[in-house]
Amino acid sequence: MEFAELIKTPRVDNVVLHRPFYPAVEGTLCLTGHHLILSSRQDNTEELWLLHSNIDAIDKRFVGSLGTIIIKCKDFRIIQLDIPGMEECLNIASSIEALSTLDSITLMYPFFYRPMFEVIEDGWHSFLPEQEFELYSSATSEWRLSYVNKEFAVCPSYPPIVTVPKSIDDEALRKVATFRHGGRFPVLSYYHKKNGMVIMRSGQPLTGTNGRRCKEDEKLINATLRAGKRGYIIDTRSLNVAQQARAKGGGFEQEAHYPQWRRIHKSIERYHILQESLIKLVEACNDQTHNMDRWLSKLEASNWLTHIKEILTAACLAAQCIDREGASILIHGTEGTDSTLQVTSLAQIILEPRSRTIRGFEALVEREWLQAGHPFQQRCAQSAYCNTKQKWEAPVFLLFLDCVWQILRQFPCSFEFNENFLIMLFEHAYASQFGTFLGNNESERCKLKLQQKTMSLWSWVNQPGELSKFTNPLFEANNLVIWPSVAPQSLPLWEGIFLRWNRSSKYLDEAYEEMVNIIEYNKELQAKVNILRRQLAELETEDGMQESP
Amino acid sequence: VEQVKLLDRFSTSNKSLTGTLYLTATHLLFIDSHQKETWILHHHIASVEKLALTTSGCPLVIQCKNFRTVHFIVPRERDCHDIYNSLLQLSKQAKYGDLYAFSYNPKQNDSERLQGWQLIDLLSDANRDYKKMLVPEGYKPIIVGSSKFRSKGRFPVLSYYHQDKEAAICRCSQPLSGFSARCLEDEHLLQAISKANPVNRYMYVMDTRPKLNAMANRAAGKGYENEDNYSNIRFQFVGIENIHVMRSSLQKLLEVNGTKGLSVNDFYSGLESSGWLRHIKAVMDAAIFLAKAITVENASVLVHCSDGWDRTSQVCSLGSLLLDSYYRTIKGFMVLIEKDWISFGHKFSERCGHLDGDPKEVSPVFTQFLECVWHLTEQFPQAFEFSEAFLLQIHEHIHSCQFGNFLGNCQKEREELKLKEKTYSLWPFLLEDQKKYLNPLYSSKSHRFTVLEPNTISFNFKFWRNMYHQFDRTLHPRQSVFNMIMNMNEQNKQLEKDIKDLESKIKQRKNKQTDGILTKELLHSVHPESPTLKTSLCFKEQTLLPVNDALRTIEGSSLADNRYSEYAEEFSKSEPAVVSLEYGVARMTC
Repeated sequence: MEFAELIKTPRVDNVVLHRPFYPAVEGTLCLTGHHLILSSRQDNTEELWLLHSNIDAIDKRFVGSLGTIIIKCKDFRIIQLDIPGMEECLNIASSIEALSTLDSITLMYPFFYRPMFEVIEDGWHSFLPEQEFELYSSATSEWRLSYVNKEFAVCPSYPPIVTVPKSIDDEALRKVATFRHGGRFPVLSYYHKKNGMVIMRSGQPLTGTNGRRCKEDEKLINATLRAGKRGYIIDTRSLNVAQQARAKGGGFEQEAHYPQWRRIHKSIERYHILQESLIKLVEACNDQTHNMDRWLSKLEASNWLTHIKEILTAACLAAQCIDREGASILIHGTEGTDSTLQVTSLAQIILEPRSRTIRGFEALVEREWLQAGHPFQQRCAQSAYCNTKQKWEAPVFLLFLDCVWQILRQFPCSFEFNENFLIMLFEHAYASQFGTFLGNNESERCKLKLQQKTMSLWSWVNQPGELSKFTNPLFEANNLVIWPSVAPQSLPLWEGIFLRWNRSSKYLDEAYEEMVNIIEYNKELQAKVNILRRQLAELETEDGMQESP
Repeated sequence: VEQVKLLDRFSTSNKSLTGTLYLTATHLLFIDSHQKETWILHHHIASVEKLALTTSGCPLVIQCKNFRTVHFIVPRERDCHDIYNSLLQLSKQAKYGDLYAFSYNPKQNDSERLQGWQLIDLLSDANRDYKKMLVPEGYKPIIVGSSKFRSKGRFPVLSYYHQDKEAAICRCSQPLSGFSARCLEDEHLLQAISKANPVNRYMYVMDTRPKLNAMANRAAGKGYENEDNYSNIRFQFVGIENIHVMRSSLQKLLEVNGTKGLSVNDFYSGLESSGWLRHIKAVMDAAIFLAKAITVENASVLVHCSDGWDRTSQVCSLGSLLLDSYYRTIKGFMVLIEKDWISFGHKFSERCGHLDGDPKEVSPVFTQFLECVWHLTEQFPQAFEFSEAFLLQIHEHIHSCQFGNFLGNCQKEREELKLKEKTYSLWPFLLEDQKKYLNPLYSSKSHRFTVLEPNTISFNFKFWRNMYHQFDRTLHPRQSVFNMIMNMNEQNKQLEKDIKDLESKIKQRKNKQTDGILTKELLHSVHPESPTLKTSLCFKEQTLLPVNDALRTIEGSSLADNRYSEYAEEFSKSEPAVVSLEYGVARMTC
């Protein structure tokens, strides 16, 4: 298929663009295969370059022959285009609609994007499982890398290489895979060096109504326990939901078969409930006419912050089991690809200082989200403005980022990255020129040959020039476990995401700049003092030498 | 009383600190086993409550006006009863003479005290701002006439004069208009005020009450100005609720956020039903209306409510703050409070309940003003010389009765109490500590902030956690950017000094060296080493100024901290029947 077929009108003149914080601008609108471009043909005016894949929904309006297209983006921005001529307007609208909902992944922009920067480090190879394994293999010999999933035959949503207990062989893993949802047998997610405790994650056990059991499964997770120690299983569903799952062949670990494990149910919402929550929240944030009561009740009704609190609480609980209880944990929900990953990754933010650095966080996203098989393609297909009720969309990753932001806010000096880094990841998860977030799992990515055909987001982010934008000037390495408060008074709305296009952050940005200036100045002064002290010391020794003979 | 337990307000685990409780003449003091002291001023106590006896002892809940809530458990009921009674007596004084301010002695002599009181001199400030007299000149009989027509005799006077726009903010109380009464003198006075403005013919009259309240007042012979009787006035209601509504609103707010294990939904629905943020927004909107009338329309404005000392003070002071950057400095803010609150007779003693009086007169009017200022500092982080800490400190002292400034209900009462002779003024103490209250990001030079134009979209108003949970340490961020930057600013100043020192030493040393070489060549004599320079050698080994360690420590990470126990409680609560977690929980919370 040629894009040209979809582009009915490639160019319209005298289009007026309205967007947040800028005066309206008139110019020429061009449609390309992947972008919507508005150029005012004046050198110093910023042009609009909008990826079609960033478009979530469009509305059309007509007043006489003047058509208006309202474009709602996945990053929550709303743009308005006034287009003279009804036919042009209709053509543009239908072209945008077609181009923003391409079926085939291989037609997406990442497959066409040619980077304008020199790749110093190929992001596709930045975070290899072998390297990650090295990080803790010095501390423990109880774990091994297994290549049992090399062909993605055992578990289609797992990466080819996973970390499992050393005492369990590949044959046993294959058996366990048949007992776990989606073949997601328990694998290592995190090793806590301080006390050797681990976080494992998996899919739900397929016990069904007749209480099926699997000796290999029990053996596998028991292999992670020290003699006489107990572990915790954190089920991210309520007991009710977990019990209902048995009717569909799923279920949970029975006490009788797992006597060394205590099960805790921490309900975290899934799928359309989260999606509806996002839709309601963004709607509330976008309506500036709300009076105070209405705003507060809309904010409450969205339940967004309730989800944040639920997720954070579960993650804190997991971290608590590991660090304070000295107990290993297994985390799963149903599939083990959504709430499970929220909890495992946030627990690592709390426990592991490395995951609060830029590299470490990238590794965490790579390991706990991309390789762990969070279905980005499905979850991020639509954002807050979608009106078709599809089953698979859910802002699971955005909720995770929001939770990280909440912790960042409470520990503003303990993270190497700043808020912009999290916002950037949100944007790229939904629409990007890079291939990183394409596909639903490693198996799909492999088939798409993303490594060969697209550029990795990390290749771009990890350039020094880009990194500086995402670096937190207040960062001071903090090797401690950080316990966030989960009280509602401590969990505000993430304005940087949800009010980003609704209120000017000019004064806040300026204050931030001033803060950076103070910090930079401090560094400068310290360096200067150092140099002067050295100079003085040199002069003094010189003097001393002259005097001594 | 020994063996008293102090409970954490939000912890559900009944974790407590054990220690000894002392009562002094002015304070309640609790020293726990770690020797940490908790001081509570008796005047801060808003209510003491004795709860039903439990197995561990008799619970005593003390709520303070600065939003501290402490929950003690006293082992013996008798002791508890005694403490309860003493506190009731000590916290409610019957007369001014018993207040702390009259016994407080910060070791200053009389002249220092006097200087302190003269620090903020409204007249000199008035001269700075106002070229004209406080009321239009030559109108004495008219003023007398007008004062008879205004509630409590509070005739229109100048509150702020905007020099560039030549427009004025005036304030007064409601007219005694009833359904039809009018007063020619009052009409003349208003005309004089609008004539004093050469630019704009009309003036605004802002009634800060809801229209319904103002109309109800007409039945009592009071009311509002009739546009037809006054020439060129534009009358406007702005709808700020009265002190009783505000009092119960705050009460609801505190009830909600004091709940243990509060859910997000309960928090927001409580925040909504308390109406607190709605009231804050209303005050802010009124101030913005006022500022806009002056900056955009060049019009003078007369502000009143019922008596003109609550809502009027809020609106006039906030309006001045928006218009004039002087009031956004530490000194200027003190002047603003002296001007629009203290001297214009905001009834601090009644509103703050300094004495055992009518509880219906208590209302958080001034607290709302401080909260509005805080919201402004949030929107304009660089526009204020002071920080949140300054606002919190002032709030602390309007209730503390430690200084004389806020005692009494009006200037007349204050003079009768001879406060200037018998008590100290707060301001010099704040100025002395000014470093603590500085905003490190303040940009004084920039003129962008001459007039502040805040955005009052609902989502810009947030719950002020640092005020209402000031003492609930577990709810606060564990690292403070603000402290770090402030510290760094301090450090920068020190470094600048060090650099100068070092440079001069190097220069000295270089000169000496060249001298030395010269003298050596000429005289072959050894130059004597100066002792001061020898000592400076030790600089080499010295590491750079260490950043204050205290700022870098993370409270939440210490083992003694109990925050982490919050999470566990919740799961044990949600499904206690299903998973027997007693074992786990017991260990987790110990």
